[in-house]
Amino acid sequence: MNSPVDPARLSISVPAAAPVRTRLKGLVEISTEHRVVLALAFLVIFPWFAPYEALAVNILVFGLFAVGYNLIYGYTGMLSFGHAALFGLGAYGAGIPIAKFGWHVLPALGLGILVAGAGAAMIGWFATRTRGIYFAMVTLAAAQVVYYIAFQWVAMTGGEDGLRGVNVGVVNLLGLHLNLLDPRTKYYAILLVVGLALWAFSRILQSPFGAVLEAVRENERRAAACGYNVRRVRLLAFTLSGLFSGLAGALYGIHLSVVPIETLHYFTSATVLMMTLLGGMGTFFGPFVGAFTYLLLADVVTVITVHWQLFVGGLFVFLILFFPRGIWGSLMHWAER
Amino acid sequence: MTFDLFLLQFFTGLALGSIFVLVALGLSLIFGLLTVVNFAHGQFYMLGAYAGAFVLAWTGSFWIAFLVVPLLVGAIGMLCERVLVRPLYGRGIDYPLLLTFGLGLMLLDGVSMIAGTEGVPFDTPAGLTGAVNLGLFYFPKYRLFLIVVTALLLIALWLFLEKTSYGLIIRAGALDSEIVQILGVNISRIWLVVFGIGIGIAGLAGLLAAPMRGVFPEMGIPVLVEAFVVTVVGGMGSLVGAVVAGLLVGVTYSFTAFYFPQMAQLSMFILMGVVLVLCPRGLFGRAGVLG
Repeated sequence: MNSPVDPARLSISVPAAAPVRTRLKGLVEISTEHRVVLALAFLVIFPWFAPYEALAVNILVFGLFAVGYNLIYGYTGMLSFGHAALFGLGAYGAGIPIAKFGWHVLPALGLGILVAGAGAAMIGWFATRTRGIYFAMVTLAAAQVVYYIAFQWVAMTGGEDGLRGVNVGVVNLLGLHLNLLDPRTKYYAILLVVGLALWAFSRILQSPFGAVLEAVRENERRAAACGYNVRRVRLLAFTLSGLFSGLAGALYGIHLSVVPIETLHYFTSATVLMMTLLGGMGTFFGPFVGAFTYLLLADVVTVITVHWQLFVGGLFVFLILFFPRGIWGSLMHWAER
Repeated sequence: MTFDLFLLQFFTGLALGSIFVLVALGLSLIFGLLTVVNFAHGQFYMLGAYAGAFVLAWTGSFWIAFLVVPLLVGAIGMLCERVLVRPLYGRGIDYPLLLTFGLGLMLLDGVSMIAGTEGVPFDTPAGLTGAVNLGLFYFPKYRLFLIVVTALLLIALWLFLEKTSYGLIIRAGALDSEIVQILGVNISRIWLVVFGIGIGIAGLAGLLAAPMRGVFPEMGIPVLVEAFVVTVVGGMGSLVGAVVAGLLVGVTYSFTAFYFPQMAQLSMFILMGVVLVLCPRGLFGRAGVLG
């Protein structure tokens, strides 16, 4: 974004403005270095000024989902329209053992992540044979397959009514009794898991593999010429993204104590894409900022009108036309200039 | 399965495939020339069905709707291209895709705001009810009409693209728009027209599908996915591919629905998976349109 600069002011205050810029750049550097700590510090105090806890938990869950999505779209440059499948697989993968077989929440979470990861590996195996636009189409089609299966497998998934009875209640965690029916306890329990995931995500970005992802996004041929198997990098990125998305989905099911079939709907894929765009793709905080803004806005708009899709669609169009870097992306761009 | 039953299923598949062909054709035409993947395509299809229902209620004639709807929906499409899509040319392939997705949401919710979420009735036009004897079997007259209309439209489109000077410019523009522009052709007007044609065909497909598949706000969502499957199978940007793959998907669906009804929805995705494994570019895909 170009901020208008007054030429008169510019000519006088260049020496004075420079330290401000340097300080801003310093701030950006510090925020990048301690990004996990910063994000967690914000999220720890967040429930005190969120309108209500359920919304705060939603923001946590969708923030994590958007972070996982950002790995594939923002960092690797692959536009996926099928992440609802990964989110939903995580939700059903954790929800079914809890609701139907009475599992403890922790192994159920683990299973949810594994199911989503396996689903991502399978979808990715097909989808990474293609690139660009094809990739968006194939992932969308694959997600529809998962949707139809869940829709028809009523005995396991509850079909159209969704999976009911994902009740967790009081969790015994190494002798510590957590009452997840209390909204604030639930928030902090979920925050703990999200925090661990964010830390792992940050490690992935810092690793050489994280650099390879961005290399593939920026110049695929060059990455291939450097000896990287681009397709395998993409498949691995998609699977990793599936693990994070699946964890978010599993937490979502536990949070709601049902898994609605809408988690698999293609609108869910669009929502997470929207959040990532809104916040700023390819930035660490962007997806969280996007999820936060989107859910708050949706919360306000649904009070005013039932036709909130009209609003969301309009926002989409507006963002693409005038604000393609997103909120956090624009802020970063401005601060780094 | 006897031979006449086989033929009946085959023709039923062709009728369904005709809808797929029309939707995928517009999608492919727009992509081939403008490199815009129109995610609102399904919503224009829905708009066609609704516009048809309104014209039908207003004038009482299916044939007036048949003429008016493609023009009306095409004009709306051209307006969208001019105002929303055009500023995005040259900014990469993702942006128009995302924009049309947002536009699709607005159309979907806008229509359900005006016309209600339950959908509106749409009867088979009076002259096309009942079945016709095709020698070996009886076939619903409306479905036969659908196949014939699609075939005629394909011939007309082929003549337009191959035999007129305007079609020549369009084909040249798909190959290299820059050269065409240098030769003094106003390429943005060509793009506008092609977008209008593609959207108009989608609107017509919605109208034609209305008596078979009903009219409701979400009707465009499955059809968009189906059109994507057809496009992936046929090859992006290939018109021949759209036709062959559309009919193939329709026939596959029809036979699966006969043998394993619960697998019918999945059959086209399995077909797509097989094609992706065997030839990732699709049956008639060109090299170079992927990236």
